[in-house]
Amino acid sequence: MSYDVIIIGAGPAGASCGKELAEKGFSVKIFDRRKEIGTPKRCGEGVSESIIELVGEIPSKCIAKKIKGARLYAPNGRYIEIVLDRGGYILERKVFDKWMVEKAIKAGAEVQADSFIFDLIKEKEFFVGVKGEFLGEKFEERAKIIVCATGAESAIRKKALGISTKLNIIDSCLQYEMSGIEIDSDFIHIYFGNETSPRGYCWVFPKGRNRANVGVGVIPGEKSAKFYLEKFINSHPEIKKGSIIEVNGGCVPVGNLLKNMVTNGLVVCGEAAHHVNPVHGGGINEAIISGKLAAKVISNCLEKNDVSAKALSKFNELWWKERGEFLRKVEKFREVLEKLSDEDLNDLVDVLKPEDIIEFSRGKKLSTFAKVLMRKPRLALLARHLL
Amino acid sequence: MWEIDNKKCLKCGGCVSVCPFGALELKDTIIHDKSLCNLCGLCEKVCPVKAIKVRKNEL
Repeated sequence: MSYDVIIIGAGPAGASCGKELAEKGFSVKIFDRRKEIGTPKRCGEGVSESIIELVGEIPSKCIAKKIKGARLYAPNGRYIEIVLDRGGYILERKVFDKWMVEKAIKAGAEVQADSFIFDLIKEKEFFVGVKGEFLGEKFEERAKIIVCATGAESAIRKKALGISTKLNIIDSCLQYEMSGIEIDSDFIHIYFGNETSPRGYCWVFPKGRNRANVGVGVIPGEKSAKFYLEKFINSHPEIKKGSIIEVNGGCVPVGNLLKNMVTNGLVVCGEAAHHVNPVHGGGINEAIISGKLAAKVISNCLEKNDVSAKALSKFNELWWKERGEFLRKVEKFREVLEKLSDEDLNDLVDVLKPEDIIEFSRGKKLSTFAKVLMRKPRLALLARHLL
Repeated sequence: MWEIDNKKCLKCGGCVSVCPFGALELKDTIIHDKSLCNLCGLCEKVCPVKAIKVRKNEL
């Protein structure tokens, strides 16, 4: 049988794209490599409250903990406390992802787990189907449009667009879900430092009942993410007393936003297209937005019966207008942050106001940040990068 | 030589995302296609637990 759309990957991007298209009456099939949708998680599970505007009310079973804001720690241990107007959530991704997929199914989409897509079918310069394997049996399915929502960790994107993620914009991550730790569970805790987490940061995202995701993301180098995570835990007695109840690894693209995300008969969205916030590495909301925008363009193309790269490139245009220009500013902010020494970071925590940081993380008021940097001659050069 | 320690590997797929040659894929374990691999070592660098070993100078 043939579908209007085949989506590879049932994460937030694939599920939201599938739901939108099914609601419009298109036949949709979503394949996911994992034996259980949402498992294993590969995520700190933190998300801002604005997710409600994207997916509607989230059932309580999907939420581990409602949080008030974030504490950002400088290498010397001093911190800025940011209270967000509407706060945020630490999700239970394993439950949340299933809920998202079930919404797509309710809208009419078909979903199949444990289905490994190992190749794409191409005819006359157009992608027209997928080759997969389900429980040891090979299968082929065809569709007018293929959506690659595989996350960054798939060779399918390489087959589709011919690109891989550059090492210099990948953060290598390791996370332990821990139980029995003691930390203020109303805030997420973010620790910066070149010694403790080069380029990235260490995080503690509370999940309630003395449970938390404790992780690190670092630029790939001599030492592994594991080295930095263990060093972090060992230097924090309140965390060290806890037990490891789950281990999660992952690598997240923090930049190099793709200019082109389409080809004949195929669209790449979500993390596979690097749709991730380059400062904090959060990708849930970006994936949902990306999946929805892709659905909008795909539905127009299907109605006009034109699935050429030219017609689908409307997605490039739309996404860059809605998200890309903003995320590119955030990436510039990240490029400056990663050049700061521990001493600079210590100074910044004393100088910056919580409301400034909220604005910076949204890519706004970067000129204010530049002015702060300019107070120090050795940081002035960096400041110019922001203007 | 390309080697993976499956006892260490978390199946996170970081290595797959950076492979410039499409030589890696994540199924139940990491699948390595020797014929596509160029032994560039990016996978070794990105691995959060250093489960991959790549040696270029072996005959």
